[in-house]
Amino acid sequence: MNPEDLLYTKQHEWIRISQDTGTVGITDYAQNELGDVVFVELPKVGDKLTAGKSLGTIESVKAVSEIFCPVAGEVTEVNTSLVDAPETVNADPYGKGWLVRLRIDKTPTEGLLSAKQYEDYIGQK
Amino acid sequence: MPDKRTALFPVHQKLGAKLIPFGGWTMPVEYAGIAKEHTAVRTAAGLFDVSHMGEFEITGPQALDLVQYVSSNNAARLSDGQAQYSVLPTHEGTAIDDLLVYRYSQERFMLVVNAANIEKDFEWLQGQNRFDAQIANLSDETGLLALQGPRAAEILKPLTPLALDKLQPYHFASGPVLGIEATISRTGYTGEDGFELYFPAIHSETLWNGLLAAGQPAGILPAGLGARNTLRLEAKLLLYGSDLDETTPLLEAGLSWIVKLDKGDFIGRDALARQKADGVRRKLVGFEMLGREIARDHYPVHINGKEFSHVTSGSPSITLKKNIGLTYLPVEHSQIGTKLEVLVRGRACEAEVVPTPFYKAKDA
Repeated sequence: MNPEDLLYTKQHEWIRISQDTGTVGITDYAQNELGDVVFVELPKVGDKLTAGKSLGTIESVKAVSEIFCPVAGEVTEVNTSLVDAPETVNADPYGKGWLVRLRIDKTPTEGLLSAKQYEDYIGQK
Repeated sequence: MPDKRTALFPVHQKLGAKLIPFGGWTMPVEYAGIAKEHTAVRTAAGLFDVSHMGEFEITGPQALDLVQYVSSNNAARLSDGQAQYSVLPTHEGTAIDDLLVYRYSQERFMLVVNAANIEKDFEWLQGQNRFDAQIANLSDETGLLALQGPRAAEILKPLTPLALDKLQPYHFASGPVLGIEATISRTGYTGEDGFELYFPAIHSETLWNGLLAAGQPAGILPAGLGARNTLRLEAKLLLYGSDLDETTPLLEAGLSWIVKLDKGDFIGRDALARQKADGVRRKLVGFEMLGREIARDHYPVHINGKEFSHVTSGSPSITLKKNIGLTYLPVEHSQIGTKLEVLVRGRACEAEVVPTPFYKAKDA
């Protein structure tokens, strides 16, 4: 269920790395735990983000949830369609529900999980 | 101490509910999603397990006298089969709890209190009982389901011989539902027409499954505490512990309509008379966010850059597609149209005082 070509965090974000570009979103498990997403707050293009630090906020009807950046990098693109259609995060978390694209400083190796490792991790929860 | 569970806990698990701790209980917060459940209650029907609520039975020759002494509303005005919203005031005129008072007869009342306050309220009532009256805590053996929504009546009608058409809001009747003896009350916490059913908790599963099955053609959904909160906020029904507590003067909370100073002596009467005579400093108001940001409980509220209060209840309004909330403001800043700022993650976001309730059912 979690795409094999992505890397995952224990805070339930995913990143798709293609050369020096990383696309970040939240996992299907995360969107399901959150419930109906009604608001997404994202950084601006040009913002420099630090690995493990806040990338933005996703709110469901009931809860406010902080999103953490899986890798360090500079924001090159933001999914502005989520402003008017935040529910896309629920409907298509690995596709149209992506959050930001980054130019990543260096290919990350530490702390990220494979699809298999992530599934084992959420299986334990 | 582990959280308590209602008799329906395994049923909620089977339905795939998300379960959360709430007031010492593990309760379903949502099943299909808060927005879907909320909309079902506004347009069709929803079924809530609220068996965690507390039920006390007051009986005896002076049952009415005890109820009158501990509550702010005038229970002497109830006839048999009638219920009223009321408060257990402190001597200072604040709220120990808010509750429903049901009159079965002059010598038998039922008080329905908030789950988190069951022990506190029970001890308080016992301490105040200098009357010829007995207080029994029936919370554990009483099941409570709330069937709410514009189609609630048509769903319930075929399941009981009771004449539901004649049951007015804030009235109740006793009789069988699906063969199980129940008290059917035309009350609720959603701002929609509907019923609350009290019955022996051992029959919870039969009634829950029976009501869901009967309501299926009408589009009923099981609904959790998440939707219960968004629904009650739209209708500006107060939540004890958020909008109301032992620090809140009842008149600031807009509850003067259930404070009956002329009914005779009761706890808090002097303090409440002073609140009425002196006027209140603050007032509970509803506000609407002007941007997209969502106000949440406890967020600070500013006017012209100065902090005045915090959000007592804040949430997206599913029905109105706006973000709404409640807060206490100084009376001089409480007029409709007053601009305020809610601090969302440290950022001042514009909001405006609006009329309440935010939502009113067409025929409720």
